[in-house]
Amino acid sequence: MSWEQLAPILLEGLWETLYMTVPSTLIAYLIGMPLGILLVTTATGGIRPMPRFNAVLGMAINFLRSVPFIILLAMLFPVTRAVMGRAIGTQAIIFPLTVSAFPYVARMVENSLVEVDRGVIEAAQSMGSTDWQIIRKVLLPEAFPSLLNGAAICMVTILGYTAMASTAGGGGLGALAITKGLNMRNFPLMYSASLLLVALVQIMTYFGNRISRKSDHRKK
Amino acid sequence: MAAAPLIEIIKLSKVFSDDENRVVALNDITLTVKEKEVYGIVGMSGAGKSTLIRCINRLDTPNAGQVLYRGQDILRMNRRQLLATRRKMGMIFQQFNLLMQRTVGQNVRYPLEIAGVKHTKANARVKELLDIVGLSDKLNAYPAQLSGGQRQRVAIARALASNPEVLLCDEATSALDPMTTQSILELLQDINRRLGITIVLITHEMAVIRQICDRVAILDGGEVVEEGSVDEVFVHTKSEAGKRLFGVLPQEAQDDPGIPALRIVFDGAVAAKPIISRLSQETNVAVNILSANMNHLGGKVYGQMLIETPKDEQDKNAVVRFLTEQGLTVREVNT
Repeated sequence: MSWEQLAPILLEGLWETLYMTVPSTLIAYLIGMPLGILLVTTATGGIRPMPRFNAVLGMAINFLRSVPFIILLAMLFPVTRAVMGRAIGTQAIIFPLTVSAFPYVARMVENSLVEVDRGVIEAAQSMGSTDWQIIRKVLLPEAFPSLLNGAAICMVTILGYTAMASTAGGGGLGALAITKGLNMRNFPLMYSASLLLVALVQIMTYFGNRISRKSDHRKK
Repeated sequence: MAAAPLIEIIKLSKVFSDDENRVVALNDITLTVKEKEVYGIVGMSGAGKSTLIRCINRLDTPNAGQVLYRGQDILRMNRRQLLATRRKMGMIFQQFNLLMQRTVGQNVRYPLEIAGVKHTKANARVKELLDIVGLSDKLNAYPAQLSGGQRQRVAIARALASNPEVLLCDEATSALDPMTTQSILELLQDINRRLGITIVLITHEMAVIRQICDRVAILDGGEVVEEGSVDEVFVHTKSEAGKRLFGVLPQEAQDDPGIPALRIVFDGAVAAKPIISRLSQETNVAVNILSANMNHLGGKVYGQMLIETPKDEQDKNAVVRFLTEQGLTVREVNT
């Protein structure tokens, strides 16, 4: 297979991968971020302790996280069909990707926010901040570099999940490498698609770290 | 002082407990902070002083008792009233607790932002506040670029932004070196005098109390064991805890030389140096030491020394003046 033949296939795969990864990450953050904030603020010692609610939320999130993606994908078929119009295909897979990623995102966000110095939060409380002001002006900005790092990790994880999209008729580089590469013994395709995935992960990690470091004013 | 009471703490108790342990942090504390005074709460670590100051703005919730602020019980306020009252109380901390992702200027502006002060007005106020603490040139620096003393100055400016009536200082100088401690104490004193802001501070250092406080409470085991004007408590220390804090062993505190003498109190303000030999050199008075009980802690001297009062009145005055200039407290015994 010549490079002229490979390039358009790879390009389409790359586009499909991003088409699955980026919206899934964004929607997962839309849902996971508030949950992560709730996990931190309602914890014992948080700014609004609600231990029982916190325990239930934590358990629900752990439950969702413990279902392997490939099983979740199959279990969600009816729901996916109802939400996305169809159960399989590149676009449909955004739904199970999001469902599988948001609990993960919630934990990542929680992890970043608990790093914020308790003393700084107390200082904000002593100045008469409302809980919402503490979330918006203290927790999130102070944890920003760490949140950004977490986002890069989440995106890479979701990218990894998209490789399993082929099992539900999805496209992308992972599907290319497996169905058209491995199964059809097209090794140049398999390796180039895989290499492209590796490169994508490297780029995401690199820029995630770089922006995170640039935005961190703790060390000078 | 005929000033009105600003903060009244009445029969305050706080118990920390879990399944196994029960720790009484505060036991039946009653004390009053008057308007425009500098009130010090001193005690060893674990005495409960940090819990006490945190109960004043309800960062900690006590189990029993009242905290009255201008007659209103803070512990019974609803959330809105509490937030409004907290905005009248500034607080600074041992670890400064600045927002590390905000510049100095943005840190000082935080209280103004949450109170909804207009942008241009807030910026002008930030400049004014940084001027007060002497950091006008650090407006756009980040806290990580500042020294500990500078960070505490930013914290002070931030605490003053909302025009508070009282400033709560939670071990504000404990993380700072002696020189920086001096400059921060001077700043606090200046704020108290010039802006008329009441200051409540807790510390484990008697030197801090002596330098800027009007009145002091000594806390031990969660109880107030001694309270009064600083001079009174300093010279006539009654409690065990007080004597420990002064570095005086109980039996020596009562010793009576039987002749006119000068009691010199070393409270850690003076670094360990041969003060008596310098005294002799500079005043040309031969000093006769009657007794001494000194402890060296972290390069500082704590304790008391009794010297015979020079017969000559001029000599005596010279000695007292020299010692006072060194930052020591001198009291006459058996005059």
